[in-house]
Amino acid sequence: MNRLLPLLGFFALVGLLGFGIWWNTHHETNEVPSPLIGKPAPEFTLPLLYDSTKSLSKADLLGKPYLVNVFGSWCATCQYEHPILTAKVKPLGIKLIGMAWKDPPEDSKRWLARFGDPYDAIVSDADGRTGIDFGVYMAPESFLVDAQGVIRYKRIGMFTPELIERELLPELAKLQQAKP
Amino acid sequence: MLPELGQFALILALLLALAQCVLPMIGAWRGNAALIATARPIATGQFVFVALAFGVLTYAFLTQDFSVRYVAQNSNLALPWYYRFSAVWGAHEGSLLLWVLILDVWTLALAAFSRRLPDAFIARVLGVLGFVSLGFLAFTIFTSNPFVRHLPALADGADLNPILQDPGLIMHPPMLYMGYVGFSVAFAFAIAALLGGELDVAWIRWARPWTNVAWAFLTLGITLGSWWAYYVLGWGGWWFWDPVENASFMPWLVGTALIHSQAVTEKRGSFRAWTLLLSIFAFSLSLLGTFLVRSGVLTSVHAFASDPKRGLFILAFLTLVVGGSLTIYALRAPKVAGGKPFQMLSRETLLLINNLLFACAAAMVLLGTLYPLIGDALGVGRISVGPPYFGFMFVLLMLPVVLLIPFGPFFRWAAGDWRATLRVLAPALALAVVCALMASLLVGVPSVRGIAGVAASLWVGIGIALYALKRWREAPRGRRYTQEMLGMIAAHFGVAIFLAGVLVTEATSVESDVRMAPGETKHIAGLDFKFNGVAAAQGPNFRAQQGVIEVSRDGKIISTLNPQKRQYSGNAPVQTKADIQPGLFRDVYVALGESLDDKGAWAVRIYVKPFVRWIWLGGLLMMLGGFVAATDRRFRALPARIEAPATRPALATTETALAQ
Repeated sequence: MNRLLPLLGFFALVGLLGFGIWWNTHHETNEVPSPLIGKPAPEFTLPLLYDSTKSLSKADLLGKPYLVNVFGSWCATCQYEHPILTAKVKPLGIKLIGMAWKDPPEDSKRWLARFGDPYDAIVSDADGRTGIDFGVYMAPESFLVDAQGVIRYKRIGMFTPELIERELLPELAKLQQAKP
Repeated sequence: MLPELGQFALILALLLALAQCVLPMIGAWRGNAALIATARPIATGQFVFVALAFGVLTYAFLTQDFSVRYVAQNSNLALPWYYRFSAVWGAHEGSLLLWVLILDVWTLALAAFSRRLPDAFIARVLGVLGFVSLGFLAFTIFTSNPFVRHLPALADGADLNPILQDPGLIMHPPMLYMGYVGFSVAFAFAIAALLGGELDVAWIRWARPWTNVAWAFLTLGITLGSWWAYYVLGWGGWWFWDPVENASFMPWLVGTALIHSQAVTEKRGSFRAWTLLLSIFAFSLSLLGTFLVRSGVLTSVHAFASDPKRGLFILAFLTLVVGGSLTIYALRAPKVAGGKPFQMLSRETLLLINNLLFACAAAMVLLGTLYPLIGDALGVGRISVGPPYFGFMFVLLMLPVVLLIPFGPFFRWAAGDWRATLRVLAPALALAVVCALMASLLVGVPSVRGIAGVAASLWVGIGIALYALKRWREAPRGRRYTQEMLGMIAAHFGVAIFLAGVLVTEATSVESDVRMAPGETKHIAGLDFKFNGVAAAQGPNFRAQQGVIEVSRDGKIISTLNPQKRQYSGNAPVQTKADIQPGLFRDVYVALGESLDDKGAWAVRIYVKPFVRWIWLGGLLMMLGGFVAATDRRFRALPARIEAPATRPALATTETALAQ
């Protein structure tokens, strides 16, 4: 019996580790619950990327839901996310606001010229201050803001078609229901 | 074309690994010398193909072949060539390949240096190693293939994780894997001994130098990792009890127990079953470490991108290897305790205590590491126990070890004389206490930990020095120290240095976070720090903001430090690169925090850390001890080669021919 103990102990460990895998496949480990969800989006006024004399603020956007997508020309993952935004998110009809984060405007423009521009409007947050208000800590990140200016959903990291299906669409549906 | 060849080489290696674990095993089981003789050539062949695959991947990195997905993900045009080299093992797929390559290096070394061991035994050993290799090659090919193409090729790749772009990290993984994987040799020896029923102590003498070398490499790997964390992560700590650190620390703890218990078994014949079990555990914990790091079950700063399929694969493999070997152990472990009798107070008892404490410490670390998972399983939510738990428990478990270390060498086997030993060691104890009190008076820090640290360090150090002195006086010239003994002295002396480093640093470090405007001077720990502002700097593949801080004492500038905040290309967060003025007795450590206003004021972290280098110096001494002990002549003076009966001679020529 004594000599069986290590084996039994090990099986208990395997059970635990197996559970760990199961748990991870059923939960999103990257999910950092943002304290901002359900709260009004931070106030911001940022210059437009293509015309820095004009600016866009939170007040301008009230009345319709929109999706803020934080990107940067330095961000390699954004390159992967980019075609997905174009192909999958743009057709959803939601207003898509690009936020060029910690990125010199010239670089952002060159990047967009090369890969295409899926956004309805692009603001430039070159020094990253607004990003800090939003609690952005990497790119890409996306925030769904409703017509009242309240953040409803946040995605850290890139959207995949699967994630759009599983997370973004239900959130959009909720917004639709809330409207009437 | 080349990546496909690499892929092909991997598949061939997989098939050879399959042959390596099946043919020699059958040969050893049926007593078929022809099959037994296949072990070495097959192992060599497997090494050649894995090395080929590794070479192809390295070449793809050096030539920037962005049509290979793994290369495109972990390298880019701006990456300096030396990091392109180390980027090969910078992420999951390549580091697995490195794992297998190192396993094959160990296998090859074993095949080459084991000519005097019985053929059937070595066939089993190589068979077991072949099985391990089979599992990892299958894992690489089926779930983590580094040669997958990305077509059309990208113009430029992403980047190597910036945190890995550091000289310390070039050598850290290979050294760590040398240790991790090196325990597979002791493991294979144990399984082969259990399978063959050769439970006499001969196999342990063969296994000892291998285990010592593996342990020494692991010590070096962990020391390098700790040193790297200290100067790269930017907050001056040297150990974080992070799951990935723990993953390498658990095999080290069990390995430490193992090298001590092997000594007992080899010399006195006692603790046989225990040594077998520890051999299995040391390698099992290496495998478990691999699982924890790559399955994503525990999230950690340096966890590899996780994939449940990979987790399941390793878990299945882990179950097969560890479950299988523990089953073999349960069935075949020696039923009666062998060995020479020993009294309560003897070196055996001391080493048993060492074993129990180190095994407990490993179990404690395992429990703490898996705690978040246990929390999930019990439905109480994901909780981590963190450094307070580990720090407290570890000190508690290691305290008796430190107290008992000096007794070890003085106590004789079978029956130690504690009175005589105490008489010898009393000066050490007195000196340790007096010096510690004096030190505390001199420095003027009434810290219990600091005093305890100095005392413990002196106690161990002087105790070991007294033992060295005793040998010098009593043993005849030329026979004073065996290599094994020198290794023991060096390693235990390393413990003393390490203790001094840890506890003195903890007790007397000055850590201050200050706001500094350009031109401002702060007086910290007897030094003046003048902040000369932050300017832009350009590295080979990053942009940085670089601070300039002059350190002076009594108006004389002793150093100018340039801490940086680096932004690499890619979507990486900003890296904090501290700048350090190193010294044997104290480090001055400066890191940039955040920019505070538009006028150039910054938050600056300034640490003055006395004796912090001693932590790694101690680690290096322990490593040295492991290597030196492994060279002992006794391990090489094996009994003359035991010829297997009957069929052997006829085949001897073929075997040598094939092996060459």
